[in-house]
Amino acid sequence: MSGMTDPDGRGEMDRRDESTSDVMSPGEQAEHEARGGVVAGRARQGMFGVRGSGDTSGFGGLRLPAHVPAPAQRPYGGWFDEVTDELIAAMDERGLPAEAIQQVTVDRGEITYYVRREHLVALCRALRDDPGLRFELCSSVSAVDYGVDVEQRLHSVYHLTSMTYRRRIRLEVAVDVDDAHVPSVVEVYPTADWHEREAYDMFGIVYDGHPALTRILMPDDWDGHPQRKDYPLGGIAVEYKGAEIPPPDQRRAYS
Amino acid sequence: MSSDAHTRATGTTSDTGADAATDTMTDPYVGSDPYAATSRDTTEGRVYTVTGGDWDTLLDDTQHDERVVINMGPQHPSTHGVLRLVLELEGEQVTQARSVIGYLHTGIEKNCEYRTWTQGVTFVTRMDYLAPLHNEAAYCLATERLLDIEVPRRAQVLRVMLMEINRISSHMVALATGAMELGALTGMTSGFREREEALHLLEFLTGLRMNHAFIRPGGLAQDMPDGFEAKIRDFIRVMDQRLPNYDKMLTVQPIWKQRLQGVGYLPVDGCLQLGVTGPILRSAGLEWDLRKVEPYCGYEEYDFEVPTSTDADCYARYVLRVAEIHESLRIVAQCLDKLEPGPVMVADAKIAWPAKLSVGADGIGNSLEYVRKIMGQSMESLIHHFKLVTEGFRVPAGQAYVAIESPRGELGYHLVSDGGTRPVRVHVRDPSFVNLQSMPAMSEGGLVADVIAAVASLDPVMGGVDR
Repeated sequence: MSGMTDPDGRGEMDRRDESTSDVMSPGEQAEHEARGGVVAGRARQGMFGVRGSGDTSGFGGLRLPAHVPAPAQRPYGGWFDEVTDELIAAMDERGLPAEAIQQVTVDRGEITYYVRREHLVALCRALRDDPGLRFELCSSVSAVDYGVDVEQRLHSVYHLTSMTYRRRIRLEVAVDVDDAHVPSVVEVYPTADWHEREAYDMFGIVYDGHPALTRILMPDDWDGHPQRKDYPLGGIAVEYKGAEIPPPDQRRAYS
Repeated sequence: MSSDAHTRATGTTSDTGADAATDTMTDPYVGSDPYAATSRDTTEGRVYTVTGGDWDTLLDDTQHDERVVINMGPQHPSTHGVLRLVLELEGEQVTQARSVIGYLHTGIEKNCEYRTWTQGVTFVTRMDYLAPLHNEAAYCLATERLLDIEVPRRAQVLRVMLMEINRISSHMVALATGAMELGALTGMTSGFREREEALHLLEFLTGLRMNHAFIRPGGLAQDMPDGFEAKIRDFIRVMDQRLPNYDKMLTVQPIWKQRLQGVGYLPVDGCLQLGVTGPILRSAGLEWDLRKVEPYCGYEEYDFEVPTSTDADCYARYVLRVAEIHESLRIVAQCLDKLEPGPVMVADAKIAWPAKLSVGADGIGNSLEYVRKIMGQSMESLIHHFKLVTEGFRVPAGQAYVAIESPRGELGYHLVSDGGTRPVRVHVRDPSFVNLQSMPAMSEGGLVADVIAAVASLDPVMGGVDR
């Protein structure tokens, strides 16, 4: 039960940083690049969130590679094939290369198109205007940060809804944190205005072409982007009946 | 412009001497002001020729003089919470309106990343605080999709019932605060009185008036208390009695109609472009209700109507909200008929919250039998309880987006898991956040008073907007 105490007094954050430095081996790297290069998670080591002490549990040697969403195989099932065929036809019509779609994933009854950012706006326009697609409503634009050592860690995620056909799809654009630029879809979906401002505010993704990309939730002069994984949650320790309860980001994580 | 005029006046005084020296026949101010009275000396004495100014430019000047940029809020009784409106006015007319948000940003989304999946419920319920049960339900539905589990039927029916009672209380607040902001204070007192009935009922059913954390991943925190059916039937009876009063008091009232009809107009194409959903979209004529078009929690089994209108104004939204309350009452009554005994939590003990609650002398807590069992008889149960409560359950890696119809529109939860006991990302597509973007489209070109009506008809909840 070495994990029950915190003998060296180090917070959970420091330990987790060590674990996340455990990147993929070259073999895994090559494999995941062959699969399209989308990483959605971080690699794990050991269990019970115990680091920096002797491995008394025997689980310390466990290695779990980062989650890589599996590319879907045809047929995708349901209306997914129909939408994908329509989309490919619409892309042909508009002269969009097939490589614009990096990968298609079908998971838990939802379809995700991993898209290259150069073609995002044209793709959205096709999705909105093509009579066979008609994704009139952009439900949500948000971002996900998968962790410090994950390559292309920032993902910009678009949830589109077709009210005509009652379908939902997801577009996802993965970018590097050093080059966090994604074209803005505001000209196609005006509703993306505030969503993109929020994603910029919280994750620092720069939406090129946005009419007024400013912070929306945080004060204008705020430093940093709060929902990035390397931005601390903060908080203060609370003393209760003589014992100290550390702030949430320093408590033990089993994740 | 006024300062411009001022410099013109002071500028001319300095070259008065030069003017006087070159042209004694004219007034010293003539050089700068084309409308200044000229004069000439005649045998009858000095004669002045007085000409009028150009009325167009004169009016132009006064209109510009009336251009004011005002900050309404964030602390203002008419802005529906800590919403700040920056209005550019020409007299009473709004030429430009922008909303500034973020005053209630509490970082709930990020906080959820540091809690287990079950603890997340207690955070998301505080986002849109007028529809806490909708937040919980959407979060749990997304978690359950990630876990690939289905909750027992009784839990589904109870979820629907709780959400509809919550919808009634939320619409009542929309009505009450909307009435208050327009000065109809009796509307406010009545609306809050009826909302109080709904909250009393929810307190009886879940233990809390708001922020219930009652819907949990896998089902519900516990079953309904004894005698809940009678309480709910009483509530339906009371509401059925009192709702017609709103028709008498507001629906047909001339002042109410004059304040709302034709105000805050937003047609369907505008709604779609701006992503507006809920009663505002339905007031523009599109019958888009996720309970009907993408049924969840078994909504397809219930018999109810989706009221729509084509007026696309504030009055239509008010009428729709009252109509939706009637429909919600119908659904609640049907839930009671559908309820059958059964579990309210999934059977999988690796996911189901282990607590077996009961009310003791010191309030609600784990029942004595359960504590006796895990402490005295079954070491495995104790370990299980401990692991599930401290560590939580693991959710397979992947992402899910689940949208439900909250009182304000499409409430979507985008949850991402990397296979751990905590979410990687909890993103909330809050309808208030998106709908608030349409405020300028609704109010620019109108009067200041109509901005209030438009914002009230949007019914934004700042807890949901800022999260």
